[in-house]
Amino acid sequence: MAKTVKLALAGEGGQGVQSVAGIIVEAAYNEGMEALYIPNFGVEQRGGVSVAYCQISDEQIGSPKFVYADLVIALSDRAVRRTQQYVNKNTVFIYDSSIEGVEKDLPANAKKVLAIPALDTAKKELHPRVFNVIIMGAAIAVTKIIEVEAAKKALEKKLGYKFEQDPKLRELNFKALERGAELVKDLV
Amino acid sequence: MSKVPNMPKSWREETKPHKFCPGCGHGLILKALGEAIDELGIQDRVVFGCDIGCSLLSWDFFNVDAVQTHHGRTTPVMTGIKRARPDRICIAYMGDGGGYAIGSGHLVNAAARNEKLTVILANNCNYGMTGGQMAPTSLPHMKTETTPYGRDPEVTGYPTQGPEMVAAITRESAYVARGTVANVRQLKNYIKKALQNQIDGTGFSFVEALSGCPTNWSTNAKDTWAFIEKGMTEYFKVGEIKDPAKKEA
Amino acid sequence: MTEKPIQGEKRVFMTGNEVVAWAALAADVDIMYGYPITPQNEVMHYWTRLSPKYGRGFLQTEDEISAGFTTCGGVLSGKRAFTATAGPGNMLMQESMTMAEMMRIPTVLVVQQRGGPSTATVIYSQQEVTMTCFGGNGEGLRIVYSTSTHQELFDYTIKSFNTAWKYRFPTFVLGDGYQAKMRESLYIYDPAAKGIVMEKTVPYLGQEGTPGVDREPQHLRNTYNTEEELNEQVNNLVAEYEKIAPEVIEYQTFNTDDADIVIIAHGVVTRAAQAAVKELRKQGVKAGHFRPVTLRPIAAKELKAVAGKAKKIIIAESAQGQLEKLVKDAIYGIATPLENYFRPGQGITSEELVDLVKKGM
Ligand SMILES: Cc1ncc(C[n+]2csc(CCOP(=O)(O)OP(=O)(O)O)c2C)c(N)n1
Ligand code: SF4
Repeated sequence: MAKTVKLALAGEGGQGVQSVAGIIVEAAYNEGMEALYIPNFGVEQRGGVSVAYCQISDEQIGSPKFVYADLVIALSDRAVRRTQQYVNKNTVFIYDSSIEGVEKDLPANAKKVLAIPALDTAKKELHPRVFNVIIMGAAIAVTKIIEVEAAKKALEKKLGYKFEQDPKLRELNFKALERGAELVKDLV
Repeated sequence: MSKVPNMPKSWREETKPHKFCPGCGHGLILKALGEAIDELGIQDRVVFGCDIGCSLLSWDFFNVDAVQTHHGRTTPVMTGIKRARPDRICIAYMGDGGGYAIGSGHLVNAAARNEKLTVILANNCNYGMTGGQMAPTSLPHMKTETTPYGRDPEVTGYPTQGPEMVAAITRESAYVARGTVANVRQLKNYIKKALQNQIDGTGFSFVEALSGCPTNWSTNAKDTWAFIEKGMTEYFKVGEIKDPAKKEA
Repeated sequence: MTEKPIQGEKRVFMTGNEVVAWAALAADVDIMYGYPITPQNEVMHYWTRLSPKYGRGFLQTEDEISAGFTTCGGVLSGKRAFTATAGPGNMLMQESMTMAEMMRIPTVLVVQQRGGPSTATVIYSQQEVTMTCFGGNGEGLRIVYSTSTHQELFDYTIKSFNTAWKYRFPTFVLGDGYQAKMRESLYIYDPAAKGIVMEKTVPYLGQEGTPGVDREPQHLRNTYNTEEELNEQVNNLVAEYEKIAPEVIEYQTFNTDDADIVIIAHGVVTRAAQAAVKELRKQGVKAGHFRPVTLRPIAAKELKAVAGKAKKIIIAESAQGQLEKLVKDAIYGIATPLENYFRPGQGITSEELVDLVKKGM
């Protein structure tokens, strides 16, 4: 990986975008890479769209803010609208296929726009709780910032104490990671 | 957007649903205030000032002229307006951090000068907007972001008893009460009497409202209400403390 | 003796506010005074969690006026004390900081700049430069470090205590909301492991012995009776400040030797400027970057030399000309054309700076 990978994850409060972003950068850091993560914050953050900005690189990262992202993942209609500004011709734009009424708001200038059934997969095949882990799987598969194994290690580090109590949870999370990667395999 | 049921007339519909967290007490206090304004028929004369704290989210809440001031500075801004325009009914709305910590000097002096002003203060035992630090009103042993091991009264003192303090430094002409969002009708009556005290030019008026902050307390609906109704009232007694209409209340 | 907070050195990944708390612990800080304000809150959150384990103190005051003055009090009693704030809180601390200037009280204040004026945003800006350097009635006799990475936030927080106590001028670490809230990697360390010796602290007040019997009493004042008396006091302070300035001044240059275009930026914006210069050089543009690390005192001589040689200077900052004022003052007299890139309250990226330079060519 030569250049800096820029990632914007956006969703509603409670969808877990900040925690996923946290785990991704932590995983990259543990692999010896440089990582930088800014959560969005403001006076009216409660009730607003939650955006996580991540950059991952081999070398020191420049400005914490970026203009355009390599990958945008939007998990709600408001998030789709909010994240358009980070899209240019090099951006892959992913949104959840359950989001309705955003056809007109999808970016026209992206390198690629892809709807993935992450929420549906979580509900039907796994568990709604691992929705954000599916998103994480998709994000690392598209950007190739880290190996799936590194992501598993990071999950283990974050949730290990829960996995100990209930090993089925580990399986569920790892499965979610893999399913996330499969959902974007056409892109990879 | 759904129309809010039983919305007070003085509320501004365009800004509803409001921006407070689900289950927050601010909305209930502002409902009591809205109804009080409606029942007194003073919407055309009210000037509303809100602090910096979660109260700032009420800057566009009513169909009345309103101003956001600085953290702790709402009392002097509204005092300035009242002194320059005595015909206006000035309401200063703030949190316990704004009123009892950074703005405590202003509260004490406005009360001592018997400003013809109404101060309404939401007591939620913490700093809501900044993410749950200790407030002057945090209960003994309460865990907050700046008392992670529990508030130790030996180190940080006991919770501020605001209305009692204001009552102690004002003349008989002041109206002072403590209401709670657990009894909105009573709270509305206290706020009405407070406003009436200003309208009549009698003196300073002050209503503290016990309020909930489920976001920073990390409580569900049941625990939020339990904390307001039991935990808080053990320390903060609800009732009228000073009422000029009642000689010695 | 309690164990050291950090043994040796280790690589960590954390937010800037956490970095500040660890740096203060590592620097053997005795007590923090503070009042909540975003984006600084987590300095206190981490401090209140960590400090009791190492026997350090904390007081949440009723506001920032009090936090500034209690910090003065802590320092007067000979303790390594600090506070942290932002925006409106920084304003309220200016009163106590002028007392610190007048009375040579070595306070340390960490500022995480947010948008202004007024309550504005809780996010980010570089709009507290003028206030941090010159706030208050007086001459701005302070030392201000403007950091750009978490590593620097750690290094300079530790250093600020030594600077303050060595020179006895109030010292500031000027960060911002991005640095406060973002996470990146850095090495934290025990200063001793790097050969850093913490300056000894001494009580101004409350030393051993009965005043007037065993020792002279300490009578400290900040009030003077006549114009002449005050003028002499200020002259002495200024002379002292100017004497130490060359030792205190810090700056960095990037490809400035042969640069036609020099970008001047400080704090987190230096990251964008450094990346822009790299990119421009790749494209064959002779760009350079000058970064003052201390904003007060500023490296005027060095800045003037670099600016004088360039064909064009660009000043980039997330404020409406607060750095520009410092720069113009420093380079007065040179004829190099000057262009501004002011983005009050907004972040600046390397892409923007590259575009700006190329557009101007
Ligand atoms: C001078 C100054 N200091 C600090 C702040 C940061 N600040 C914003 S709101 C707030 C406290 C809010 O708590 P409270 O007044 O109790 O109101 P609540 O949010 O709980 O309703 C603080 C400390 C500020 N805006 N200005
Ligand atoms: S943080 Fe607390 S006080 Fe503020 S809006 Fe949310 S629940 Fe209400």
